[in-house]
Amino acid sequence: MFRDRCRARRRHELLTRSVHEELDRARPSLTRRVSMGMTVLALFATFVGCWQDMADQPHFEPLETSDFFANGQAARPLVPGTVARGQLRIDTVFFEGKVRGKAVETYPLHKVAEHFRVAEQFRLSGGDERVMAQILDRGRERFDIFCAACHDRTGNGQGMVVQRGFPRPPSYHSDRLRDEPVGHFYDVITHGFGRMPDYADQISPADRWAIIAYVRALQLSQHAHVGELPALDREALQRKGGTP
Amino acid sequence: MAQIFHPSMNTVARVSIFGAVFIAAAVVSLLLLVVRSPYVTEVGVVREQPVPFSHKHHVGDVGLDCRYCHTSVENSSFAGIPPTKTCMNCHSQLFTKSAMLQPVRDSLRTGEPLKWTRVHDLPDFVYFDHSIHIHKGIACVKCHGEVNEMPLMWREHTLHMQWCLACHRRPELFVGDRNDVFAATSDSTIDPRLASDLVAEYQIESKTSCSTCHR
Repeated sequence: MFRDRCRARRRHELLTRSVHEELDRARPSLTRRVSMGMTVLALFATFVGCWQDMADQPHFEPLETSDFFANGQAARPLVPGTVARGQLRIDTVFFEGKVRGKAVETYPLHKVAEHFRVAEQFRLSGGDERVMAQILDRGRERFDIFCAACHDRTGNGQGMVVQRGFPRPPSYHSDRLRDEPVGHFYDVITHGFGRMPDYADQISPADRWAIIAYVRALQLSQHAHVGELPALDREALQRKGGTP
Repeated sequence: MAQIFHPSMNTVARVSIFGAVFIAAAVVSLLLLVVRSPYVTEVGVVREQPVPFSHKHHVGDVGLDCRYCHTSVENSSFAGIPPTKTCMNCHSQLFTKSAMLQPVRDSLRTGEPLKWTRVHDLPDFVYFDHSIHIHKGIACVKCHGEVNEMPLMWREHTLHMQWCLACHRRPELFVGDRNDVFAATSDSTIDPRLASDLVAEYQIESKTSCSTCHR
């Protein structure tokens, strides 16, 4: 009885194995292969569609990383001493605010105007007075961007960052700063002074001069005599009850 | 021989044949929804950054101008990400013990730049230049949203082509005064007459040729 059962099972096993072998031999049937191919193709198409190869092409965007260079930056710093064409800075008055080591006393209006004319983004026109007005406008704009955070828009040294705890810079309206030559301000913007960092990277030389012109205007605004005012302004001041 | 399928299968077959149209439509619309979802466009999704820099604090509260840090935005295609030194202009004195700013101090000490995650990244087959948009009176907020309200940075718009084209087709709906380009908040409702005057004054053309952006 038991032996019979075993034999039957064995026969069954043999039979199923041969059926499987039959199937194996016939497995890669045409329809099956086609349908498999279609599936793979569909999957492939789906993923190729998601892979934005053209959106991320093999070139470096500004400031992108690169594993080629040791510090991980794709952009290379300039070799020290590199001078781009037309950017040789031999004019010490304009680029350093100094003549023979001493701070420049008179505002180099024509040099500033010339540099603004060369820089395409900002065109100047008209006579000296008109040019000065445009430089002052530019100076006010740049002052408000880069300086007002600490020096305040009036130059009293109580800007928002100072209110947040930065050491207070001196007011422009002190006698010492009123008497400093323009070259001193250029030097401070370029190299920093005390706690103030340098702004050489953030502000171009021409813009530094524009800011200095505006600083001078601010100083004048807080230290002008009534007698020097145009008649209209004087009348307006007297109407408000201002004292000289 | 018994029937393999029950008669009710007739109905099932009819419904499924008819329903195939809807199923296909559902799949397509699901795909379109996914493509437009924040998961793909990153709109409103805060990106992980090495330092939790807050535009809300620096622009909204302190009142820094965009150009204090993004110095090249007026002259270049790229607005510029500030070097560590710009952070240290103030943070050499402020929050000098803050753990949040440790990566900034490390970066200054080692000279290794901070690795910010880009929030706005156009595909490489799109040409884009910040400076021209600035000079034609397109305010920062028009594309970047009110960053002065963003504690952490996210993308305000999809940067999809149809979004670009909305403005390129009808610039008069988006143009603003050049002097207000960097204003943190911008009144989006501009008087249509004034807008068309500005379009004329700034010589803005509706640029929708393919090669305007795909060059």
